Amino acid sequence: MSSNNDMNLLLKIWRQPDAQTKGELVDYNVTGISPDSSFLEMLDVLNEQLVTKGEDPVVFDHDCREGICGMCSLFINGEAHGPGKSITTCQLHMRSFKDGDTIYIEPFRATAMPVIKDLVVDRTSMEKIQQAGGYVSINTSGNTQDANALPIPKADADAAFDAATCIGCGACIATCKNASAMLFLSAKVSQFALLPQGKVEGAERVKNMVRVMDEEGFGNCTNTGACEVECPKGISLDNIARMNREYLSASLAD
Amino acid sequence: MSPLKGFFNSSVARKFWMAITGLFLVTFLLVHLAVNLVMFAGQDAFNLATHFMATNPLIQVMQYVLAAGFIVHIWMGIKLTLQNRAARPIKYAYENAAASSTWASRNMIYSGGLVLVFLVIHMRNFFYHMKFTENVGTYNLDGVVMHNDFELVTGLFGIWYYVVIYVLAFIALGLHLNHGFQSAFQSAGWKNSNWKGLMQTMGTAFSAIIAVGFSAIAIYFFFNPAQ
Amino acid sequence: MSKLDSKIPAGPIKDKWTNHKNNINLVNPANKRLIDVIVVGTGLAGGAAAASLAEMGYNVKAFAYQDSPRRAHSIAAQGGINAAKNYQNDGDSTYRLFYDTVKGGDYRAREANVYRLAEVSASIIDQCVAQGVPFARDYGGLLDNRSFGGVLVSRTFYAKGQTGQQLLLGAYSAMNRQIAKGKIAMYNRHEMLDVVLVDGKARGIIARDLITGKIERHSAHAVVIATGGYGNVFFLSTNAMGSNVTAAWKIHKKGAYFANPCYTQIHPTCIPRSGDHQSKLTLMSESLRNDGRIWVPKHMKDVEAIRKGTLKPTQLAEGDRDYYLERRYPAFGNLVPRDVASRAAKERCDAGYGVNATGEAVYLDFAAAYVRYGKEKAHITGLHNPSDEKILELGRAVIESKYGNLFQMYEKIVDENPYMTPMMIYPAVHYTMGGIWVDYNLQTTIPGCYAAGEANFSDHGANRLGASALMQGLADGYFVLPYTIGDYLANEIRTGAIPTDSPEFDAAEKNVTDTITKMMNIKGTKSVDHFHKRLGKIMWNNVGMARNIKGLKEAMAEIQQIRKEFWSDLRIPGTANSMNAELEKAGRVADFLELGELFAKDALDRNESCGGHFREESQTEEGEALRNDNDYAYVSAWEYKGEPADAILHKEELTFNDIELKQRSYK
Repeated sequence: MSSNNDMNLLLKIWRQPDAQTKGELVDYNVTGISPDSSFLEMLDVLNEQLVTKGEDPVVFDHDCREGICGMCSLFINGEAHGPGKSITTCQLHMRSFKDGDTIYIEPFRATAMPVIKDLVVDRTSMEKIQQAGGYVSINTSGNTQDANALPIPKADADAAFDAATCIGCGACIATCKNASAMLFLSAKVSQFALLPQGKVEGAERVKNMVRVMDEEGFGNCTNTGACEVECPKGISLDNIARMNREYLSASLAD
Repeated sequence: MSPLKGFFNSSVARKFWMAITGLFLVTFLLVHLAVNLVMFAGQDAFNLATHFMATNPLIQVMQYVLAAGFIVHIWMGIKLTLQNRAARPIKYAYENAAASSTWASRNMIYSGGLVLVFLVIHMRNFFYHMKFTENVGTYNLDGVVMHNDFELVTGLFGIWYYVVIYVLAFIALGLHLNHGFQSAFQSAGWKNSNWKGLMQTMGTAFSAIIAVGFSAIAIYFFFNPAQ
Repeated sequence: MSKLDSKIPAGPIKDKWTNHKNNINLVNPANKRLIDVIVVGTGLAGGAAAASLAEMGYNVKAFAYQDSPRRAHSIAAQGGINAAKNYQNDGDSTYRLFYDTVKGGDYRAREANVYRLAEVSASIIDQCVAQGVPFARDYGGLLDNRSFGGVLVSRTFYAKGQTGQQLLLGAYSAMNRQIAKGKIAMYNRHEMLDVVLVDGKARGIIARDLITGKIERHSAHAVVIATGGYGNVFFLSTNAMGSNVTAAWKIHKKGAYFANPCYTQIHPTCIPRSGDHQSKLTLMSESLRNDGRIWVPKHMKDVEAIRKGTLKPTQLAEGDRDYYLERRYPAFGNLVPRDVASRAAKERCDAGYGVNATGEAVYLDFAAAYVRYGKEKAHITGLHNPSDEKILELGRAVIESKYGNLFQMYEKIVDENPYMTPMMIYPAVHYTMGGIWVDYNLQTTIPGCYAAGEANFSDHGANRLGASALMQGLADGYFVLPYTIGDYLANEIRTGAIPTDSPEFDAAEKNVTDTITKMMNIKGTKSVDHFHKRLGKIMWNNVGMARNIKGLKEAMAEIQQIRKEFWSDLRIPGTANSMNAELEKAGRVADFLELGELFAKDALDRNESCGGHFREESQTEEGEALRNDNDYAYVSAWEYKGEPADAILHKEELTFNDIELKQRSYK
């Protein structure tokens, strides 16, 4: 279904065969892109062309393609998940671009998120932060108290939910000029800090998670607020303030 | 973990100390501006004010605290910046940072650095003379002999390039404060959505007062030299 | 001939699970430390199982093809999770949930399994709340519920439109606790490519490290497959791009029977396809049907005008619209079960009444709901004689508070404001009820190999009710498998560590590397997607919402043909010993190309219409599905015999002691 609206674009894509080899931006022309296609579908078209030519297709992370799994990354024209607010790369559509545009496509960059290949980065550091305390220590038993035995004010439950909607994509880190993981970390800390179930081990949680974050080589938060703007789920900076509060009082009590 | 280690040695703690020293320096700026504004009240009043600042025991002690605050703030700023640079060794080829943050928030190290350069010049031109040399003329007010700091200051404010440097430095400081003021409350954990707007407004107002206040004095005395 | 033993415990249905738990073997805590369990897949079922097994003391190795367990496709589930809590005091009970699930599944599920599912459902909610899952609450601080299609009570717990995400993050957090303790060894970016059998028992897997391409051997005393469904056999589905049948298919080829592959759920409320570039389809929660009315124009001239853009849907008079669900099913109207709603949309579009350029879209219209809610809101706020505009404005705000995220999602994809013009929807492949055959203990026909969640066939029969997938995944993972696997592992305490240098591991690894080498060496001309799209097209046209003998036979032949071309004309650039997305896809599509044929064969065998499976040969005079309990009240369990066409059918007869078999009617 080609139409008159179809676009031709110049792509400047970061190519890097593996973590050890130096990468570079490579130019590609794509033609006949429908404005209704998604950004990743545009890359599918490019890859189809490359495969047909026997060239190595561009590797990029993606999975659900509906903005919830957090797998897709990409730094597009200078912004994490590209232009447009509150979206992931897979929700970015080509109608956001014009025929003839040049588009820069780079991997998320941070010491703590090294490139694996092309546009794919290693987010293991984020996993480690979660493992350091992103949980409530409760075993599966079937004998926990009834779910309604502990009423939680709606406002708290809603705020905890808002923090919990983080998809762990790493856009906050990618867009932060310091590659800081504070928004990501604070979302998890906040979710539990706002709920009675999470308060019990709140002090240990925040200390351990911050410690691991520091060990992993993320930068420091300088409150530029870029993370909040680029976050596909609109996670609020309030969470960082809350986490600072939690951390400082927890470490004062040591 | 040794006691309080986390309170001094972690990314969150470093930001906290950055915030606390910053807020402390903010109070210093207010005092400094207040003293400077006394210049409009004339030579007697200003010399009396600077004499008070030079001799009051509490102020003498606070000078060292202030110096420590500066050192911690600057040292932390450099350390944080170096760590932050190391956190992203490979830059983006194309970065549209303006889409998500303000220039002032991204360039604190530069606005702060400019202020630091000015601070050195400033210390050399005023503080050094006022405190450690006898190059400043004396002034006798009702039998009390003191430095004629008014003469020193108005003298410098008569030099056009000094006034230009002075005003530029305070523009840098204004930018620094515009981000730094509200940022300090965020780093210390004293902010949420309800207060965010107010703190932003207060920060902007404060930075404007500081930048305009100091600059206005210099500009006024450049155009209205004291007799 | 059949060696199918469902191992359903004796006794009355309400006591079966309790008695069974009391009678099965246990492993003492010291011995659990000596036992390894492999869990493949880390969605709700796999994640919950991995965490629970590790908590119990087993050494767990968990595998995910994504870079984190948190990205499994369970995360995309929107609507909610059912549980028989009866918090709303509307008469809900374990029995009612059991009954609704069996009925909704069109009487093709195993009673005992479904009853157990209903029984443990309440514990799931307790467990998740204790983990810190932020479910929606009302102003009293207690949990809120919503209602879902096909049932008469409010038993669905939810977290806005992101229930799956919150539940998965709960399971993921439980996993993280165990990963930190070293009780779970997490293998991200790893794909299982074969199961290893030693003396007939599952003893490990062969996996590929997707970063380095290295082929690895992992041994264990038991293997759990929780790798989800196979909807991507249709190429276009609401599944994630990487969702695949590979793990399930590999165990099938090693002896696990594959049950009811033809039972596929086609979800009625998805965003229609916009063109050939489309890579996947996006679902919008079924909850939209609570307030939206579905229609197409009554007259062909209006359809044409709308397609041409000369007529706007909002301009079409009420009398010129065909609210076909309300017309055909006055009792349930727009809230008929998913399979019925999907077929009705297809019927209208096949008749030429589709409202977009592709001819495959119907309207989901909220205009009536705006007016209804707007008037209500005006009344509440004491607004007298509000203008029509004001009513619409108030009504839209109410709808926004209920479905705002879905409307926003629609607008992002379609680029139309759904508050101002009706949404367009079309059915899409969503969930597969079929899967690996398991007994009551969730064990496959390979001893020591288990299947949980969507990967097994056990609980939904021929059609799954809304908000039941999350329930089943977590029930299997948290509350069923951790107990039942102990019954098997109790006999493994003397086995000791399982070596990976045995001839069986050698052979399995060779098989994997040979297959990869063969694929890499084809060096043909067509990409993997080329074959996948062709397969998907045949599946959709011939094995989709309506199936007939001719189409199914054609499909089988065509799939064989595509498979042949795949193995002779495939082109995979790059190398096998590095990250290679084309190679990953190729392995998955190779398995889909085999499954697809079995799928069609199963559909061919089942000459009745039930749930998601509609055979044109078996319908009433009014075109409604006609089930045939005399001949087809069985589970089809297929045994692999080389080629999919040669698969042997084993039947597990379904007996219904606690529920009377009835023809479903929603009229």
